[in-house]
Formats: sequence, C-alpha cells, structure tokens
Amino acid sequence: MAEQAVDRQEQEYTESRQQQPAEHKEKKPKKKISGDQWVALGFLAPSFILVLIFVYGFIGWTGWVSVSNWNTLVPDFSFAGLKNYIYLFNDYRFQADLRNTVFFTILFIGLVIVMGLGLSILIDQKLKGESLFRNIFLFPMALSFVVTGVVWQWLLNPSTGYNQFLAVFGIQPKWYTDTNILAGFEWGSIEFGLPVAIIAVVIAAVWQMTGFSLAMYLAGLRGIPDELREAARMDGASEFQIYKKVILPMLMPITVSVIIIMAHISLKIFDLIYAMTGSGANFVTDVPGVYMFETTFRGNYYANGAAIAIIMLLLVAVFIVPYLLANRRSDG
Amino acid sequence: MVMALVIAACSSDSSSDGGEDADASDGGDSGESAESGGGGEGTVEIFSWWTGAGEEDGLLALIDLFEQEHPDITVDNAAVAGGAGTNAKAVLATRMQGDDPPSTFQVHGGAELNEGWVAADKMEPLNDFYEEQGWMDKFPQDLIDMVSKDGNIYSVPVNIHRGNVVFYNKQVFEDNGLEVPTTYDEFIEVADQLQDAGVTPLALGDKEAWTATQIFENILLGELGPDDYKSLWAGDIPFDDDRVVAAAEKFKTVLGYVNEDHASRNWQDAAQLVGDGEAAMINMGDWAKGYFSNDLELETNKDFGYFAFPETDGDFMVITDTFGLPKGVENPDEVKEFLSVLGSVEGQDAFNPLKGSIPARVDADESKYDEYGKDAMKDFNESNLTPSLAHGSAAAEGFVTKANQAVNIFVTQLDVDNLINTLKNAASEL
Repeated sequence: MAEQAVDRQEQEYTESRQQQPAEHKEKKPKKKISGDQWVALGFLAPSFILVLIFVYGFIGWTGWVSVSNWNTLVPDFSFAGLKNYIYLFNDYRFQADLRNTVFFTILFIGLVIVMGLGLSILIDQKLKGESLFRNIFLFPMALSFVVTGVVWQWLLNPSTGYNQFLAVFGIQPKWYTDTNILAGFEWGSIEFGLPVAIIAVVIAAVWQMTGFSLAMYLAGLRGIPDELREAARMDGASEFQIYKKVILPMLMPITVSVIIIMAHISLKIFDLIYAMTGSGANFVTDVPGVYMFETTFRGNYYANGAAIAIIMLLLVAVFIVPYLLANRRSDG
Repeated sequence: MVMALVIAACSSDSSSDGGEDADASDGGDSGESAESGGGGEGTVEIFSWWTGAGEEDGLLALIDLFEQEHPDITVDNAAVAGGAGTNAKAVLATRMQGDDPPSTFQVHGGAELNEGWVAADKMEPLNDFYEEQGWMDKFPQDLIDMVSKDGNIYSVPVNIHRGNVVFYNKQVFEDNGLEVPTTYDEFIEVADQLQDAGVTPLALGDKEAWTATQIFENILLGELGPDDYKSLWAGDIPFDDDRVVAAAEKFKTVLGYVNEDHASRNWQDAAQLVGDGEAAMINMGDWAKGYFSNDLELETNKDFGYFAFPETDGDFMVITDTFGLPKGVENPDEVKEFLSVLGSVEGQDAFNPLKGSIPARVDADESKYDEYGKDAMKDFNESNLTPSLAHGSAAAEGFVTKANQAVNIFVTQLDVDNLINTLKNAASEL
C-alpha cells in the first residue's frame, strides 16, 4: 500500500512536473518561438541590422558631426557644442529657408488636398472615360521631381514659355524670379511673409503630387458603401449635405495620411527646387535641403551641413511622431 | 598580396577587353599580368566638369591624342555636368573623403588646390615629375606658384582662362554709334545710352551666384589695382577699406543695368542675349568665346568683340584648370602618362583651341589659335596675373561659398553695408 502510495505520489509529482511547463506555456506563449517565427526572424535580422547601422547609426553619426568642428576638408571631430546650430539660427539664409519651408508646406499640402479631393469627387460622379481622367492626373507622379523642375522652369521662365503669349496682353509675371515678400514683417534678419517666387515652385510641386492624393481619395470614396448615401437621401439630405456630413468625415483618415506623406516630402524637398530655381535671388526659393547640399559639399562646412540635416530631421519628426503615437494607441 | 592579385586580374581583364586574341589568353595571361606590373596597362579615370559644347570637344580631343599614344591604357571620362563645376566638386569631395579618388581630377590652380586638397594632404607632389619632363621653364613662374604650396608643385595646368573680359555685340554697338569703354565712367555712359535705346546694357545670368561675384571681383581689381587686390585675399587689407566700399557702390550701380530676369538664367542663357542682340555686353570668362563660336556660330571680331573689363586693362584675372595626382591612386605611373600628355605642347594645342582657352605653356603653337586666342596669349605674357575669387583661386572654398551667398543677397537688396559686413565676418576663413 505504502509502495502504491509512493508510486501515486511519484506519479502525481511527475504529472505536476510535466504540467508545470505546460501551464507556463499557456500563460506566456510569447516566450517560446516556433520554427516559423525563427525563420521569419532569420530573414528579418539582416535587414534589421542594416537598417540599424545605415539609418539609425548614420543619424547618430550626423548628430555627432553636427556638434563637431569639422568645417574644412580635413575631418575634425573635436566637440564644438551647439556652435553650429547657433550660427545657423543667426544666419540670414537659414532664416529665409525656414520661412520658405513654412509657406511652401502650407500652400503645397493645402492645395494637394483641395485639388485631389475636388478632382476625385468629380471623377466619382460615374462619368464616362473615368479611367482616362484618372490616368491623366496620375501620370505626373511617374516623373521624377528633377524632370518636373526642368519643365516648369521653362514654362515659367519670364522670357519663354507661355509668358510670351501673356506678354501680348501686357501681362509680364516674373514667377520664380520675383523677389517680393507679401505681407511681411521683420523677423530676425529677414522679412517674414509669403515670398511670391515660392508660388511658382508650389505650382510645379502640386502639379506633380495631386495625382497621389486624387488616387487616395478616389479609393476612399469607392470604399464608402452606397447604402450610406441611399440612407441619407431617404432622410432627405441634399447631395451637398451628404458630402459635408457623411462622406467628408469618413475620408478623414485619408486626409491624415495625405498630410503626413506630403509633409515629409515638403520638409525634405531638394531635387525640385535644385533643378527648377536653385536658391533664387535673395534666397526667396531656398530650402534647407539646398542649403545643406551647398554648405556641405561646396563650402566643405561638414559640421554646419550636418546641423542643417538634423534640423530637417526634427522638422519631419514634428509631423511623424504624433502620427506614430496615435497609431500605437489605436492598435491597442 | 590579395590586392596584387586583384590588380593583376584587373589589368589582364582590361588587356583582353582591348581585343587580344582569345586562343593565346590562357597561356599568355600569367606572362601578361607579370609584365603589366611594370609596363602600365589599365584605366585612367579623368574627372572633370567639362560637359559643355566647347569644353567637351577639347577634352575629347585630348583623350583621343592620349589614346593614340597609349593604345594600351583605357580612358574613363568621368565628367559631371554643372556650371563652373558646382556639382562635380560635390561628387569629388565625397569621393576624396571616402578614399576613392579618381585617377586625376580637374581643379583650379590657387586656393582651391592649395588650401583645399593639398592642405588636406590628399595630393602627391610632382616636383620630380616636372624635372623629368623638363617643364620647369615651360610654364610661367607665376603659374607654377599658383599650383605650388611650400615649395612643392601639385598639379599640371592645361589651360588659361581670363575672367576680366567683356564680350559685346558688335552690331548693337555699331547701331548706337558706341565706342568700347575703358574706364568705369565711360562704361556707365555707354550703358546709359544703350538703356535709352532700349537694349539691355549688361547681360547677367546669376542663377548660380558666381557670375555676379565675377563682376564684383573685376570691379575690385579695377578699384584696388593688382597688388592691393592680392593683398585683400592675403588678409592684409580689411574688407571695410574705403576702396572696397567704393567697389561695392560701383557694383550696385552696375547691377542697375542688367536684364530683369537675370535670376532665372545661367551664364549661357545670358550670353545668348548678347548673341541675339537683346543685350549689348556680358562679363564672362573667355569660355564664353567658345560658346559664341561653337554653339551660337558667331564670328570673332565680326559678330562679337571683346575688351578688358573697365579699368582692368593690363591685368589678367587668371583661371587655370589643372590636373594633379591624388594620393592613394592604384596606378600612379599610368596617371603620370596622362599628365605628361596633358602638359605637352601637342596636348595643350589639341585641347585649348576647342575649349576657347589659351595654353598654359609658353612655347605652344600660336598659329593654332584664332584671333581671340592670339590676343589673349599676348595679354597673358604682358599683364599682371591676378587670382579669381569666383573660381576659387583667390580664397578657400569656404570663403568663396560665403562670398557667393553675400553677393546673392546683395544683388536683390543692394545693401552695401550688409555686403561689407558679411565679407568682413567671413574674412577669418581666408
């Protein structure tokens, strides 16, 4: 009997020992990685390591250079504190860049949203040849910003393009060579206001990117079930009210995505402006990207250039980080 | 050892690329690569910003000549487009910093070479090479000084350009009964008359700021004279000197005579205005001469004429393109072969007539150059040579960049005090 009891005890003991890990497994299933997950991790690891080095490592490296004294062809990594940043914020050109970025971003994003939404609503009216229109508006997206810049530079050149036609009527717009600042007031060493020349650049940028927001909004509109519109009509809503009260609110997430994507394009823009206008007279069309390029690679001010790059990164982060945080929250 | 193998493999590759018989390649490989160690077969990469019409023709003629003399060496023409080398310099800086230098690269003699690459310890001295080639008395001493630092010579000049030239449309001058101005006052008089006649007096295309900087440096030269002009860049004369301020005032006046759309044009677009007769004059280095004859097909002294920038007659703003030997190049001997062709009479005479420049050597064949070239060669021998700021000969790139920025702002704001102050602040980087 006693032996049996011992046997049972042992049996229970071994059972419980066998059970314990089983329980453990159920409570924390993430601790053990299955074969598939190992494979997945194995494939992810190289790109993860590469991204870690070549994206985050180099961001850190740029940050380090930006507080160094490396402002000649000979590398000099001695610590300079915030000297380069202080220099920039006192610099006429950089202040002008920040002003230009503000106005470019507001106009560019605003127009891309308005034009994209407007065009997508028109195309959504079940008109014939819809795909033709869709393609026409999407084609500019296929071009590189450099091509867009060169083409619009010709079109808007005061002495060529359709300005020769306008000149017949006595209208001679200066477009991107205009150095006027609208509604300006003194800010630091520059005049803060809308540089007229920026409008020419915005036209080119909007022409290029409207197709993107149009495609996004069109997809959004197609995703709204007809039943909703029907229901609203049954309730006696006019078409205008349907758009205002039902459809536009449902397109909000798309608007947010468009803003995020356009904002990072606009804050980092370089190629369009470099090809189209350069920094412009009195830096009316200059942006941090162009300044960064010229400072670093033409003037050999590597530390100053790195500081500009870091400021650009922070500007983009201002838009991206709240978006990422919001996404995390909605993911649970 | 691994490196040696790789190099041997490369050179044997390129030799079979060159069209060797296939059946012998197996047996011959080892022998060939052994020879190539000392003989010199491979690739020479020539880095420049010569992609425009006249300059590219010149470069290709030079490469042709080299390939005729050295059929076993492949030439890789790594030219990067962009006015006055602004893009190429960026690419070059990246490659040099990354220890991936081209075999040889275009660099302006003066501060751009000496305060840039030589100071950064990236160039091999070429004194022995000069002696070996017997060049010490073939280039003017002033010019050798421009490519030397601390007694060492670092590059081979291929050409000379002049920066203080004004080109003008002969027809326009004739129609308005105008004489070539030699002083600043005469220049203003001529400009006023042209403006009254409805012609833009001075064409400017300052989409890239160096074209405006070039006007400013010529006014500075006229105001200061060649010696004090040089002292300015040596830091011996301050930028708030009365004469510098006076030059800025004159610069401001001159800018009142330029075409309104100058900010949207590059120098070629501006030169075209002169070619078309919409503008009368343009201050440009004599590469504009190459543009006039090769691209616009205008005739020297018939369609367009030229004169020294007012008050700088007798001075010669030198811009010299040179090629050196960077440190860490795999095949220095082959690069030297190229440099020896570049510095030879034949090389210079193949290149320069097409580019519109004059040879850097004193013993080149004058008959190969057109009227303009002969005039410029004569002036070069008789004038005071002065380094150009706009082209990086007078001051280091860092200062040039800041000066260009200051000029860009000045062209719009016309604020003399501001320009002087900015230059003064930047002077610490001279």
